[in-house]
Amino acid sequence: MTVTEEPQAASGTDTAPQKEIGQARRRKEDARLITGRTTWTDNMVLPGMLHMAVLRSPVAHGRITALDVTAAKEAPNVVAVYTGRDLAEEQGSIPCAWPVTPDMVNPGHPSIAVDQVNHVGEAVAIVIGRSRSAAADALELIDVDYEPLPVVLDMEEAIAEGAPLVHDSTESNRSYHFVFDAGEAGTGSDTEQAFADAEVVVSRRFVQQRLIPAFMEPRSVVVQPQGDNYTMWSATQIPHILRVMAAMVTGIPEHKLRVVAPDVGGGFGGKLQVNPEEILALLVARRLGKPIKWTETRSESLMTAHHGRDQIQYVDVAADREGNVKGLRVRLLADMGAYLRLITPGVPALGAFMFPGIYKFGAYRFECDGIFTNKVPTDAYRGAGRPEATFAVERIMDELAVELGMDPLELRRKNWINADEFPFTTVAGLAYDSGDYETATQEALRLLGYDELREEQRRRRESNDPVQLGIGFSTFTEMCGLAPSRVLGSLSFGAGGWEHASIRMLPTGKVEVVTGSTPHGQGHETAWSQLVADSLGVPFEDVEVLHGDTAIASRGLDTYGSRSLVVGGSAVVKAADKVIAKARKIAAHLLEASEDDLEFSGGKFSVRGTPGASLGIQEIALAIFAAHDYPEGIEPSIDAEATFDPENFSFPHGTHICAMEVDTETGFVKIRKYACVDDVGTIVNPLIVEGQVHGGLAQGIAQALYEEAVYDADGNLTTGTFVDYLLPSAADLPHFDTGNTVHEAPGNPIGAKGVGEAGCIASTPAVVNAALDAVRHLGVADIRMPLTPERVWRAVHAGGDGGDRAPDRTNAQAVDSAQAPAAGSQGGVQ
Amino acid sequence: MIPAPFAYARPTTVDEALQAIADGGEDVKILAGGQSLIPVMRLRLAAPETVVDLDRVDELRGVREDGDALVIGAMTTHADVLHDPLIGQYAPLIAQATETVADRQVRRRGTFGGALAHADPAGDLPSVALALDAEFVIAGPNGRRTVPAADFFVDYLTTALEEGELLVEIRVPKLAGQWGMRYEKFNRVAQAWSIVAVAAAVRREDGHIAEARIGLTNMGPTPLRARATEAALAGAEASAEAIAAAARSAAEGTSPSSDLNGQADYREHLAQVLTRRAVSAAAGL
Repeated sequence: MTVTEEPQAASGTDTAPQKEIGQARRRKEDARLITGRTTWTDNMVLPGMLHMAVLRSPVAHGRITALDVTAAKEAPNVVAVYTGRDLAEEQGSIPCAWPVTPDMVNPGHPSIAVDQVNHVGEAVAIVIGRSRSAAADALELIDVDYEPLPVVLDMEEAIAEGAPLVHDSTESNRSYHFVFDAGEAGTGSDTEQAFADAEVVVSRRFVQQRLIPAFMEPRSVVVQPQGDNYTMWSATQIPHILRVMAAMVTGIPEHKLRVVAPDVGGGFGGKLQVNPEEILALLVARRLGKPIKWTETRSESLMTAHHGRDQIQYVDVAADREGNVKGLRVRLLADMGAYLRLITPGVPALGAFMFPGIYKFGAYRFECDGIFTNKVPTDAYRGAGRPEATFAVERIMDELAVELGMDPLELRRKNWINADEFPFTTVAGLAYDSGDYETATQEALRLLGYDELREEQRRRRESNDPVQLGIGFSTFTEMCGLAPSRVLGSLSFGAGGWEHASIRMLPTGKVEVVTGSTPHGQGHETAWSQLVADSLGVPFEDVEVLHGDTAIASRGLDTYGSRSLVVGGSAVVKAADKVIAKARKIAAHLLEASEDDLEFSGGKFSVRGTPGASLGIQEIALAIFAAHDYPEGIEPSIDAEATFDPENFSFPHGTHICAMEVDTETGFVKIRKYACVDDVGTIVNPLIVEGQVHGGLAQGIAQALYEEAVYDADGNLTTGTFVDYLLPSAADLPHFDTGNTVHEAPGNPIGAKGVGEAGCIASTPAVVNAALDAVRHLGVADIRMPLTPERVWRAVHAGGDGGDRAPDRTNAQAVDSAQAPAAGSQGGVQ
Repeated sequence: MIPAPFAYARPTTVDEALQAIADGGEDVKILAGGQSLIPVMRLRLAAPETVVDLDRVDELRGVREDGDALVIGAMTTHADVLHDPLIGQYAPLIAQATETVADRQVRRRGTFGGALAHADPAGDLPSVALALDAEFVIAGPNGRRTVPAADFFVDYLTTALEEGELLVEIRVPKLAGQWGMRYEKFNRVAQAWSIVAVAAAVRREDGHIAEARIGLTNMGPTPLRARATEAALAGAEASAEAIAAAARSAAEGTSPSSDLNGQADYREHLAQVLTRRAVSAAAGL
C-alpha cells in the first residue's frame, strides 16, 4: 500500500517501469471532443431527414378535453402532426426495469399523453417538419384544452389519507413499500430491541432536494429506416440497453434495430434512460419511412429529462454514552415523480445497503415508500441512492457527536471498520473488500492543515468574527462496479451486471478493442489502451477502442455505477489473456518449441533457454492473417472475446474534509479549503482519476450549496433555465487538495474499485457538516440544502433550517424528536 | 430553442438605424450585443416583427472625453469598457461593476448601452449610471435629446426611450476631487445576476465624507439611490461607526422583490450590509 500526495503509479510496477498502467496519459479522445471535430448526434444530417418538435403540457395535472391540430397540419413545411390518440395503439409504455417489490404499482408511462397529463412538460403532440424551425413554429398553432385536476406535489401530503391521486388507476400514490431489515435478513440483531436498549437516540429529518443532471450535450436522437431495418443514433449512455428496450416497446425485432451512441457529451445518469422522444422518433420513422431527428432545447432538458435525488429521510441512530453506535433506522420517502422510468424505483433501493456507511452498527432497518407526484420522474443521477445514504449517515454521525459532546472524528474512529477487519460483512449484508480508513484520514488531515484551521476557528469564535470557520468530515464508502449479476437478480433488477469485450488483432499488428461499456466522456479509449498495451505488450498508440454501436460492440451493458473500469476493463483484460493463449499455440508452432517452454513478456514470446528465439504478438497477428503455416486443429485467428461478471461489488472509500467560511452577516458560505484522500484501488490513469474526483466534488458541492429543482404551487418548474438552476463554475470552486491510498480490489483482475461517483457521493455531507460546524455555537442545528445565503442567514438569525422548517430557537440545540414520525421511533435523549 | 420568424435590418450609421426602426413595423427590437434579447427571443418570450442589428454602426463604439464628461458609445462592449484607460482614470466604478457582469464570453458580446437600455434592475450598470449621475443621449426622428439617469429608468425593463428612438451615447461626468469608489456585488455564483449590489462613490475631505453617492442594484423595479444614507453621510466623520450608522437606512424607500434568491426582507438586510461595506471601502477604511 502506498500513500501519496500526488496520484502515482499503482503498486506492482517494480518489474516494468515502462508499464502503461499508472501513467498519467493525456486522453487520446480529448482533442476531437474538445474541438468538436466529431459526430455528435445533433450533427447528423441524412438525406430526406425530417425534424420532430414536441408540444408539451403547460399544466401539471389535467385531462385533455380538446386537441385541435388542424392549423398545424396546414402550416408550411409541416409533414405530419401526431397526438397521443394517433399513437396510442403502438406506443406501449416506457419500460421500468426494476420492480423493487413484487407488488410495486406501475401505472405505465406513455411516451405521449393520450387522455391525461401528469406533469408539466409531458408530450401532448408532435410536429414533423422539413426543418427544425418549421416544426417549432407549427407547435404554436396547436390548440389544447385541459380540465385541471388537483396537483400533487408534496410527498407527505401525497400519502396522507384522502389525498388526490396522480393516477386514477391506482389506489394510492404509493408505488411500493420496500423494507430491508437486518434482523430478518440474518445480518444484524433486532433493531427495535437495539433502540429500546439504547442510552442515546438521535433522530433527524434530512431533505435531499430534487436535482437536475444537467449534462453538457442535450439529448438528441436520429432514426433512419432502411426497409424493415432501423438505425437509431442517440446521445445515450446505454445503446445496448436502449436497443433491447426499444425493440420490446415498439415490437421492432431486436435484430432489425441497431443503436449507435456516437460521442456523447456527459450524462451523470441522466442519459441512463429510455426516453419518450426516442420511442416517438422510432414510431414516426416507421410510419413515414423517413429519417427523423429530435434534439431537445436546454429548457426541454431541464423540464423533461429525468431528475435525481428528492427524498425525505427520517434517520434514527442508537448509541451508548461512550459513543458506540448500536442501531440505525431509516425511513425514506422517495419521490418517483409522475411515472416510473427505467430504474426510478430502484434508486432508493440501491442506497438501502449503504446507509450504515463504514460503521459497525449491530442493528439496521430500512424502509422506503416510493411516491407518485405530478413532477417529472426521478431516476439515476451520479451516485444514485448512495449519495443520499452517505449524506444521511455522515450527517447523523455529526449530530450524535454533538449530542454526546464528542469530537466528530473520534466518534467515527470508535465505530468504523478497522484495517485488519477486511473483508468485513456489514449489517446490510455487503462484504466490504479492502481499505484502511485511518490512513486515509491521517493523510487528509495533513493535506488540510487541520490543526491550524481548528486554531483559527477557535480564534474567530473568541473574537466573535462576523466570518466564522467550520470543519466538516465525510468518511465514506460506496458500492461500485455494478454489478454481480446474481445479486442484481436477487434485487429484482431486470438485467445482469456483466460486461463484454473483444480484441481484434489486425494484420499490421494494430489492435482493435471493442468494449460493451459505452463511454460518454470518461476516457475509456485512453484507459483501455493502457490496459491492452500492458497486457499484450503493444504500444499504447497501436490500440484503438471501439464502442457505442450495437453492430460493432455486439454485447454490452454500458456505463453507469462506476462500473466501466472495474467490470468492462476486466473483460478487456480477460479477452487479452485469451488472445495471448491463442497466440501462444501459434508461437510454439512457428518457433518449433513446446508451449510450456514459451515465456510471454513485453509483447514477445521467447523460448526459455534459447536466446534469440522469439516472436512478437504483432508478428503473429500477420502470420495468422496469412494463415500459411499454423497448427492443425485450431482456427486461424488469435482474436478473442470475454465476458466478465464480478462476484462482488467493489468498495472505494475515502476521507473528505471541508473547511468552510460562513459570513454570518450575509449568510454567504465559501469553501476555504477542501482535502480528500480516496482509495479507488489500482489507478490505471492518475490524470483521469484526478479529473473524475474534481468533477465529482464539483457536483457534490453543488448539491450542498447551489442546485435545487424548484416547482411552484401549480407544478411549474421554477428553475427552468440556468439563470435559476444554479451550476457552479470553476470560478466558484476552491483548489482541491487530493490524495490517494491504494488497496487493490480483490474482486477483479485490475484491482480497480471505481472512481466516477466518489467525489459526488463523499463531498455533500462534508460541506454541510462544515457549514454547521461554523455556526452551531450560534444555535444552528441544521440548514436545508442547498445552503443558499438566505437560508444560512435565516438559520443563524431566526433559527430553523432556513428552509421550510419553522424557527425553534429554544430547541435548536436539543435533539429533534418532534420531526421524526418513523414507526416506533423513540426520539429524544433517553 | 428557435425564435419565431422576424425581419432583419443591419444598418451602418445612426441615421440608417433610425430609418430601419421607423420602417420596421409595429414591434421593432434593437439588437446590440444580444445578451438579453437573443435569449428571450429563443425562449419565444419576445417575438418582434423586426430586429435592427447595430453591430455595424461603428460610430456608436468607443469612449472619448468631452470637456468635463466622458462619452461612452452605446455599442462599446463590456470588454472594451473594462480596458479603457479613460474609464479607469475617471470612472473606475464602471470598470469595477463591468468586471462582475456575467462571464468573459458575455462581456465580449454585451454592450454598455445595451445593458442600460434593457434596464434590468438586477443588471449591474444601471445603478452605477444612476450613482454617477450619467446622462443618456437619445437619437430620434426629430433629432437628439439628453435625459438624466434619474429620469431614464422609468420602471421594470422600461426606460425613457420612446418608440422610434435609439440610445446613442452615455455621458458620465468626470468627478472632481478625491473620490473613492466601490462596487459591492452579492450573488451566489460568479456568473449570476446580483441578488443585491451597491455602487458607492465617496469624496473625502479632511477626515470627513464630503459627499457620497450610492446606487442600489435590484432593490426595486428600477435602480435606486440610497438617498437617506447619502444624506446621513454628507459631512459625517469617515469612521466605521458613522458609516455603519448611516448604512442602516440604506433600504429606506426601496421595494425589492422576492424570488428564489431572496425574500424582500433579506434583500433589505443585504442592502444595509453591502452599503456599509461599499462605502467603507470607497472611503478607504
